[in-house]
Amino acid sequence: MTALSPLLWVAGVAIKSLILVLLLLGGFAYLLLFERKILGYFQFRVGPNRVGPWGLLQPVADGVKALFKEDIVPAQADRTVYLAAPVISLFMALAAYAVIPVGPPLEVAGYTIPLSIADPGAGVLVVLAFSSLAVYGVALGGWASQSKYALLGGLRSSAQLISYEIAMALNILSVLVLAGSVRLADIVEAQRSLPYAIVQPLGFVLYLVCAAAESARAPFDLPEAETELVAGYHTEYSGLRMAMFFISEYIHLITQSSLITLFYLGGWLGPGFLHPVAWFVLKVAAVLFFFIWVRATLPRLRYDQLMALGWKVLLPLAVVNLVAYASWAALAG
Amino acid sequence: MSAVKGILKGLGTTWRLLWERKHTVPYPDRRRVRSPRFRGRHELRRYANGMEMCVGCELCQVACPANAITVYAAENDPARPHSPGERYAFRYEIDLLRCIYCGLCEEACPTDALHLTQQFELAAFSRDALVYGRDLLVSPEASPFAIPDGVYPPFHGVTRRGEGEPAGVEGERERA
Ligand code: SF4
Ligand code: SF4
Repeated sequence: MTALSPLLWVAGVAIKSLILVLLLLGGFAYLLLFERKILGYFQFRVGPNRVGPWGLLQPVADGVKALFKEDIVPAQADRTVYLAAPVISLFMALAAYAVIPVGPPLEVAGYTIPLSIADPGAGVLVVLAFSSLAVYGVALGGWASQSKYALLGGLRSSAQLISYEIAMALNILSVLVLAGSVRLADIVEAQRSLPYAIVQPLGFVLYLVCAAAESARAPFDLPEAETELVAGYHTEYSGLRMAMFFISEYIHLITQSSLITLFYLGGWLGPGFLHPVAWFVLKVAAVLFFFIWVRATLPRLRYDQLMALGWKVLLPLAVVNLVAYASWAALAG
Repeated sequence: MSAVKGILKGLGTTWRLLWERKHTVPYPDRRRVRSPRFRGRHELRRYANGMEMCVGCELCQVACPANAITVYAAENDPARPHSPGERYAFRYEIDLLRCIYCGLCEEACPTDALHLTQQFELAAFSRDALVYGRDLLVSPEASPFAIPDGVYPPFHGVTRRGEGEPAGVEGERERA
C-alpha cells in the first residue's frame, strides 16, 4: 500500500464527495418513487405510472415541478435564518453519510481507496453528531418562519428528535462493546461469523424503532402530523426550500438504513457471488423496504405515546441490553 | 406483549395484500362502463325529424332544488318553428357548478326533452365556462323519438336546422 500524495488525496475526496452527493440525491429521488410504488401495492393501487415506463421518470417530473414552484418568504420572517435552515438540514443529512463505508477499501493501481469520503477512527460518533445537528435545521426553520404553527411544529420535532437519541446511543454502545471498536469498518468485520441482528435481536429491534423515530418515519411521523398541525416546522416553506427539508428527511432514512446494515446486518459481507457493494446496497434496500412496509401498516402514534414509548420502554430495554452484553464481554475477557 | 403481537399481525395483513391483484383502473386509458342510470351532464334532445323536444315550459326550472336551471321561453315562429309546441326555450342555461345531479329536472320534464347523459368530464378553467347554454345543451344529433300524435297543436313545421335561426337565438348570441 502506497501513501497518496496530498494533492491526489484532495482530488480524490472532491471526486468522491461529488459522486456521493449525486448518488444520495438520485437515491432519494428513486427511494421516493420506490416508496410510492410499494405503498401503492400495499393499498391495492399501482402507484405512479404516468411518466415513463412503470413511472420511472416520475422523479424527474417531480424535480422539475419543485424547481418551478413559487418560492415564498414570509414578510415577517427572519430572512437569513429562514433561508439558511433548509440548507443546514440538507447539509447535515449529506455530511452524515460522508463517513459511512459502502464497501471494503478498493485496491486500484496499488492505491487503497476507502469507499467512504473519510474513514475516521470515531466514525460512529461523526454520524451521530451530524444526525443530531440536523435538529438545528428543523428548530431554526420553525422559529424563523414567524408563524405559530411552524414554531410549535419545530419545537415538537426537536423534542421528538432528541427523545430518542439516548436509547439509540445505548443501542449503538452495545454494538460497540461487542465489536470492540468505534470504526465502522471494524464493526462490519467483527460480524464475519454472525451478524449482530442474530447476536442481539433485542438491540436490533430497539434500534429499528429508534431509527424510525430519528428519521421521523411512520408511525413516528409526528413533525408533519397533518391532522393536528398544518404541516409542522416547514409550514411556511414552499417550492425548492420545502423540497430540501423533504430531501434531508429521506436522506436521514437512507443513512439510518445504512447504519442498521452496518451495525446489525453485516454491512457489505455476503456470499462471494456478488460484489460487496452490491450486498450493501441490497441490504440497505431491504431495510428501506421494511420501513415502507411499516408505514403502510401502522397508524401514527400520539405525541405522548411516542414520549412514553421512548422513555419508559425503549430506554430501559436498551439499558438492559447494554448491561447484558457489557457484562458478557467483561466475563468473556 | 399484546402490542407486539398486534403489530406483527398488522404487518402480516399488509404483506398479504401486497401480492393481491390491484384494483386500479388506468383511467383514462381504460374506462369502465357506467351504470345506465348514471347521471352526468344534461342534454336537450331532438325528435327524429330534428325538432327540439323542449317546449320551454320551465317545469325543470321549478323542479330544480339547486336553482341551477334558467329557462326563458319564446313563441315559435309558425313558419320556422324550433319545437313542435307553441313555445321553445329561447334561452336555456344550466349552472353545472350548482347542479347536484339529482335528476329531478329530468323527472319533471313533460316531453322527455331533458336527459342526463353519461358524460362526466366537466373540468373548465373558469366558473362562467361551466354555465352551459343552448349551444352546449341542445344536442346536435336527432334522437330516435318520433313526435307523439295528438299532443302538440297541428302546426308541425318542417325542420329548420341549418337554415338560419330565429331572432331570439341571435339575441342570445349577442349576450354571449
Ligand atoms: S339534476 Fe337536479 S340539481 Fe341538476 S339541474 Fe337537474 S334538478 Fe337541478
Ligand atoms: S327541458 Fe323539459 S321541463 Fe325544461 S323547459 Fe324544456 S320541456 Fe320544460
